[in-house]
Order: sequence, then structure tokens, then C-alpha cells
Amino acid sequence: MARKAQRAGYRADTRRVRTVITPEGVPLAFTLGARGARALAFGLDLMMIGAVLVGVSLALFYMARAAGMSMDNPASQALVVVWIIVMFASRHVWFLLFELGPRGATPGKRVLGLRVAARDGGRLTSEAVVARNILREIEITLPMMFLGDALRQDADAGLMGWAGAGWFLLFVCFPFFNRDALRTGDLVAGTWVVEASRHKLEAALSTGEAARQGHSALTQTTYRFGEAELAVYGELELQALERVLREDRAEALAQVADAICTKIGWTSGRGDERAFLEAYYTQLRARLEGGMRLGQRKADKYS
Amino acid sequence: MIGEGVIGGLFSRRKAQDVAVEAAALRSDRFRQTREGDWQRLEAIITRIERGRLRSLSDEDLLALPVLYRGAVSALAIARETSLDAALVAYLEGLARRAWFVVYGPREGLGAWMRRFFGGGWSAAVRGLGFDLLIALAVMVLGTVIGWLMVAHDVDWFASMMGGMADDVRVPGASRAALHGTLFGQQGQTGLSVFAAFLFSNNAQVTLMAFALGFAFGLPTLLVLIHNTTGLGALLWLYHGQGLLLDLIGWLAIHGTTELFAILLAGAAGLHIGRAMAFPGDMRVVDAAAQAGRRAAQVMVGVVLMLVVAALLEGFGRQLVNATAIRLVIGGVMLALWCAYFFAFGRGKRA
Repeated sequence: MARKAQRAGYRADTRRVRTVITPEGVPLAFTLGARGARALAFGLDLMMIGAVLVGVSLALFYMARAAGMSMDNPASQALVVVWIIVMFASRHVWFLLFELGPRGATPGKRVLGLRVAARDGGRLTSEAVVARNILREIEITLPMMFLGDALRQDADAGLMGWAGAGWFLLFVCFPFFNRDALRTGDLVAGTWVVEASRHKLEAALSTGEAARQGHSALTQTTYRFGEAELAVYGELELQALERVLREDRAEALAQVADAICTKIGWTSGRGDERAFLEAYYTQLRARLEGGMRLGQRKADKYS
Repeated sequence: MIGEGVIGGLFSRRKAQDVAVEAAALRSDRFRQTREGDWQRLEAIITRIERGRLRSLSDEDLLALPVLYRGAVSALAIARETSLDAALVAYLEGLARRAWFVVYGPREGLGAWMRRFFGGGWSAAVRGLGFDLLIALAVMVLGTVIGWLMVAHDVDWFASMMGGMADDVRVPGASRAALHGTLFGQQGQTGLSVFAAFLFSNNAQVTLMAFALGFAFGLPTLLVLIHNTTGLGALLWLYHGQGLLLDLIGWLAIHGTTELFAILLAGAAGLHIGRAMAFPGDMRVVDAAAQAGRRAAQVMVGVVLMLVVAALLEGFGRQLVNATAIRLVIGGVMLALWCAYFFAFGRGKRA
């Protein structure tokens, strides 16, 4: 049961994995950002832009009032003009400023662990970032305008109005019509949005005494496994064992040690599972990696 | 393969491996032990950049970054083939990904891009539209002529072309004084209200639509251009009837050369995409659209800026300048400036 669920989860995950060849010729796997996460990131960005604009506007307003400026004053009119331009440009400046910056993602994307990347694995150019952001206008702003017009003019939109609305709905729904969840801007710019995950460097497992000599400090036993005892498992089992060793939970260690002992016909000793498993892991891995170097791989215990 | 010793000797202040580690039993773990110092240094550099503290990095670290990145990528390739340590491979993949984002991320910030954009990138993109500029211009002229001719033929067209507002005095049969008043009598309005009204009027919508409809093989773009210039033709006809044609042209030209130029560019950008999709040549349709779209998007950034300039000219220039001759001069100068900027400036720098 658990195994099946795990498999299913694994498969659901790989549906969003894409491999990109870096300019060095090494394939790198990327996980595409989920559509929901991207929408949420966009919403967060809009909220932040809105908050900044409201804050700046209020500050300007109070400053102008404190200075006793009236609207007839050319200077204050100029200020208002600047303010309107800032309002007009803020969205674009926000996205471009952050996506062209060294961190390559807007605050909303960073919160959700997303980044923009070039689909071909090469450099993400400024032109691509600009293109994907200017096209957001026809994906979001124009449909909004159409919607506003349609609502204002009641049912008087007519055939052209509906055709237009349908056309722009196509842009809005574009991410749902392709495998890579590209929006039109991504398609044009040659970009996609991927997850920016990070992993810790775990300790090497073959440095302990039990791992190196198969020697247990606790029981003064030395674990040596023969060819036949190591041949029963493959890479899948080795990596399951690796997870157990890294998680280091006593009952899991005991269970796995038990299972291995049953399989290879040893009698399990209680209390020394960790040393036993480290020794078995290291020797199994040495065997499998030795095979790897000769081009012989053993995927799991059935192969 | 670049060993740790080379990088350490060239760039690092401390020895990468000053922590005494017990040698591992496995060959793949020893491989990892000799390199993990470099990986951790790379990770520290990347983490700093990710936190936005690029400035706090030393020159040595910045120089080492690409070398360390290549080392990590090659270690990943080796680890995939020689190591069964799943955690290690996952770590290296994550590290290589993060480093790739940094090494192949955007090189320049917003400021540097803008300098390049105004210093030739924009005009190069406009010139790149090539033939589509001529098509858009021809269609706009055609639309104006059609508008004029249709209204001259049958006055009833006027209302449908202008989509007239209820209190607009600019209707067929209006007196000369009334029309004259619309051109010169607007001094009471503040420039600000005109500016704001213009900026948020349908101009921005028209340009965006002309651009966006290019993805429908460009035909709707042509319709948008024609639709929006027939109104112009009708207006010209109306004022011509009262002998105010030149005054109207002056009234329009002061901001209209900029505004119509912006609409022209947007239409040409839309047509550029449409034509690339209709005739993709050796490329896939999607790739052709993407390539044309990238160029067109650069043009559109400029179009938005041009609309702001047009709004300033309309809001303030037209209220302050009340003589047709000077209005014409300003409009003409703007047109000349735009033409010089787009077609003469930055030539030969970059195609």
C-alpha cells in the first residue's frame, strides 16, 4: 500500500520535470512551477505593488498638504503628472527591476520558490525578460479592459465584442492548453517558470568505523558479507537503505536489519543494527558501484 | 576536470580541505571528499547572491564562481555515473541548478538594460520591423482616405465612425464658430485633466490591441488600424467643410505625430508577428512567432513611452500653444525627432 502510494506520488512529480542541457553539455532536471503557485505569486506581487503605491501616494498627499500646495499651482500639477506616470509604469518597473536583478525573481516568486529560466538552457537575456513581461499586458490588462467595457455598456457588446472577448480569453487560458504551463509571454520569450529548490549536503555515509572496516565498536564484531549475500539487492534497495540510515530512527533500523537478515539468512543481533546496516550499506554500495564502473547496473532486486 | 587543488591554489585563501576528515571507504565517497570544499564554497557564494548581497562578495569569489560552477557541473556528471549516494546526487543537482541560475541569469540590471534600450536597442528593433512599417503606414493612410470619402459620400456614416458622445459639438452641420471653439477655446481646462484623460483613454487599448491581434495572423490588426483611422478621415472632412482643415491638423499634429506614430509602430509590431506566423519559412510556426514576438515586444515598450510623451504634449503643449503655426512646428519637430531616432540613430551598431 505505502509503496504504491509512494510510486504514485513519484509519478505525479515527474510529470512536471523537464530536462535541460546546460551549455556545458550536462543534463539538468528542472521542476516546472505549478500553475496555482504561479498565479499565487502573481497575486502576491500585485498586492505588494498596490501596497507600495498606496503608501507612496499617501506620503505624497500628506507632504503636499503640509506644504499647502493647491492644484492651481503648476508645480503641484507637475507632481501629479509624475505621480500618474509612476502609477502607469509601476507594474512593469516592478517586474523588470526584480527579474533583471541578480536574484532573477519577483518577491512573489521568491516567496513561492519560483524562478524564470530560459527554456533552451542558455542565458536568460534581458530581451526575453522584457518580452515576457510586456506580453502580460495582453494577457491580463486587455481582457480586464474588455470586461470593463462589456459591463459598462450592458449587453450592447455585439458580435465583435464577443469575438474580441473570446480572443483574449484564449490568452488568459493559454497556460492550461500546453504541457509546460507556458503563458503567451513565456512562449514568445522562450522562457519558463521553474522551482528553485535547494538541498543540504548530507554527510558521507562511508566514513564511520563500521562502514570502513565493518567493525562494530559496541559488540566488537566485524561484519563481512559474501558475494552471494550482497547479490540479492540492487540500487533501489540500496537507496531505500540510505534513506533509513539518514533518517536514523531506531525502530526503522531494526525492521530493515531484520528484513535483510531474513533475506540473506543471518540471525539478527539486537542493539547493533546501525553498525550492521552501515557495514552492509557500504559493502553493497562498493559492489554496485564497482559494477557501475564496468557498465553493469542492477536496478533493483529483481534484475 | 578541474581538481580542487587548482582552484584552491588560484583563488581560495584558506585551504579547501583544512578539516581533517577520515578517509571514506568507498571510492565515490573519496571523490566527494576531495571536492566538497569547492562545492560548499560555491554554495556560500550563491547563497549570498540569492540573498541579494552581491556587493559583499569579494573579487576572488566572483572570479571563482564560473570555475566552481563548471567544477560542480562536471562533478554532477561524474557522480551520476559513479556514485549511488542518492542524497549526494540530489545535492549536486540542486547546487548545479542554483549556480546555473546565477551564472546564466540576467547579466545586467534594469538600469543597464534601459541604457542599451535607449542607446540603440529600441531603434534597432523598430528598424527590424522593416516592411511591416510600410504596410501599417499604407493601411493607416488608406483608412483616413476611406473615412473621408465615405463621409463625403454619405454624412450618416459620421456618427458610426466617430462613435460620437452625446454632447459633442463636432457633428456634421456644426457652425464654424463651434468647431473653431473646439480647437482654440479649451484654455479653461487644466492640462492635468487632459493629460490623465488621454493616458487612460482608449489609445493605450488601441495600441495594445493592434499588437495582440497580430497573433491572429495580423488580419485583425489591419482592421483595428483602419477602424481607428477612418474616424480621423471623417474628422478631417468635417473641419475641411468649414475651412478649418489646417487648424485641425495643427491641433492634431502637436501630439498626433507622436501618438499616430505610436499606433503605427504597434500596428507594425502586430503585423510583424502575424506575417511571421503566416510565412514562417524554415521555422516552426511557434518559433517564428516567438522570434518576431521578442522583437515586437521591444518595440511595444517604446510605444508605451511614446504614449506618455503624447499625453504630455496634448495635456500641456496644446493648452499653452494656441497658434496653428507653432503647433505645426512642434508636431513636425517631434516627427522629425522620432524619424531621426528610429531610422538614423544607432545604425551599424547592432542589427
